Amino acid sequence: MMAATAHNRFTRLLASVRLRRKSRLNRVDGFQKFLYVLLTLLGLFMILPLIYIFNHALKPYQELFVYPPRIFVQEPTLQNFTELFIVTSSSVVPVTRYLFNSIVTTGLAVLLVTIISAMCAYPLSKHKFPGHRFLFATILLTLMFAPETVGIPRYLVVSKLGIMNSYWGHLLPLLAAPVSVFMMKQFVDQVPNELLEAAKMDGAREFTVFYKIVIPMIMPAVATVAILTFQSAWGNLETSRLFMQDESMKTFPFFLSTLTNGLANTVARQGAAAAAAVILFLPNFIIFLFFQRKVIATMAHSGIK
Amino acid sequence: MYPSEAGTKTAVSLHRGRLARSVLRVKAALKLIWAYRLSYAFIAPFLVCFVAFILVPVVLAILLSFTYFNGLQPPRWIGWQNFLYLLSQDLIFLKYALPNTIKFALIVGPGGYAASFLLAWLISQLPNYARTLYALAFYTPSLTAGIAMTVVWLPLLTGDRIGYLNSFLLSIGAIEKPVLWVTSQKYLMGSMIAVTLWSSMGVGFLAQLAGVLNVNRELYEAGRIDGIKSRLQEIWYITIPSMKPQMLFSAVMAIVGTFKAGEIGQQLSGTFPTPQYAGHVLMSHIADYGEIRFEMGYASAISVFLLVLMYLSNKLGWKLFGSRGDE
Repeated sequence: MMAATAHNRFTRLLASVRLRRKSRLNRVDGFQKFLYVLLTLLGLFMILPLIYIFNHALKPYQELFVYPPRIFVQEPTLQNFTELFIVTSSSVVPVTRYLFNSIVTTGLAVLLVTIISAMCAYPLSKHKFPGHRFLFATILLTLMFAPETVGIPRYLVVSKLGIMNSYWGHLLPLLAAPVSVFMMKQFVDQVPNELLEAAKMDGAREFTVFYKIVIPMIMPAVATVAILTFQSAWGNLETSRLFMQDESMKTFPFFLSTLTNGLANTVARQGAAAAAAVILFLPNFIIFLFFQRKVIATMAHSGIK
Repeated sequence: MYPSEAGTKTAVSLHRGRLARSVLRVKAALKLIWAYRLSYAFIAPFLVCFVAFILVPVVLAILLSFTYFNGLQPPRWIGWQNFLYLLSQDLIFLKYALPNTIKFALIVGPGGYAASFLLAWLISQLPNYARTLYALAFYTPSLTAGIAMTVVWLPLLTGDRIGYLNSFLLSIGAIEKPVLWVTSQKYLMGSMIAVTLWSSMGVGFLAQLAGVLNVNRELYEAGRIDGIKSRLQEIWYITIPSMKPQMLFSAVMAIVGTFKAGEIGQQLSGTFPTPQYAGHVLMSHIADYGEIRFEMGYASAISVFLLVLMYLSNKLGWKLFGSRGDE
């Protein structure tokens, strides 16, 4: 008896699975099949250089310059990474120092940019203080300008502030991120006013409202801003190039750019450069992989109305 | 009492009254500002950095562009001379930097933008799990932006037969001898454009993807009832109008990204300036004058020119995708 009902249930389950699979198959129409082929080809083309750089970083010397060139590595080795770290450790500034500078500035930048942008976005969206329209219009306007274009006046400002050759010189220019404030502000707009007012009725102070209600509700935007800041700070070449004369204050991307200087003509250090590029790329990729859902959720509200 | 005297008296009292009223108004405004002091405290940290590193530099650039300034002596006011020289006599600017920038911007800007919209739309037609995978595949290249991108592409584009692209084209017989992809004047610009396009599916692409996914499904059904026949009509009448804000955001990002790309030619070719100025764009021209010749006034004039160019392109973007107040 029991066995019979179990069997019954089992067949019903099977049938439903079969049905569902069939309906799913039906949904993949001709257009979608065509799409799959097209997008797969295109996607492979997009990823190919990345597959190749990973393989390149793992190639031993004799494979780096073999003819005809092969994309895939035959005998993977960590030789390039050891070269990057050990050979350069005897030079004036070891590579670990560049890496350390990068980690410090990137970590601080991510933390401070998210805090500062969120703090600015909250009143900008919810408090009607005098000048909030003007401030938002200015931020919108500066979205259209890249601060890199005015490198020389930026250099003058940084030197007048006396923050050359210090971590402040790396950090402070990154904190002025209108895009971050803009994205956060669009997200704070979605937080219902009633919620904030109710909290204030109950005697919550502004800071508590910000910390306990606004921040948890805009978490996707916080994650997105953190990721984008990480990407720009981790790959940031400008502050090292312009504001740091002291070699020991420069960052890892700068070190990589010295490796690649003249790479078009010469073969020296190609393996080490590939290894460094992998180090530069991998953290970006892993972090994005973890938070991609939140990023897309934030982007839905990123429109300029 | 003479009429004129009476006139002055009333004028004085009127003046006094106006003064009192304006004093009151200022007091009220101050009171209002004081009432919002907490809001100002919240925005202060960002505002300070924003003013110091964006607003002041832009204003300074505009001021410096009217001076001769070499970084050592104090700036000397020379009026419009920098701009006059730039637009009439600077041959490298007129022959290389400006045409190169326009060519690069026209292909990478609208081209990359259209491609990212098309890809976003195509991906959105797929079921959920596949969508994530493809989005990741297209977005990942933009993570290598900057110097890492050069390292990825250089061995692929190396000019001898060891270069991957050369070797591939030689083996299928498309070319007879290796092509100098990054060091010859003829091909550098093409390589720059290809590499930039490859990595251009960044934030703007994600914004567009989110925009397409966020379009209200009911609109499509309503459209079908109203007689929309093809997917093309759907895109034109429903998808694009409902995701205008994301399109605009993405357009702004594309424009800014395109104009500020200056180092790519220099990094690919490994020389500065690039071979026969083939990859010389406005950003490289600024670097040339600002960081090498120390003619900072002139370099500022070029950056002001670039800012104006960016602003005008953005205006065009707003015209195309900006929503009017009532929408």
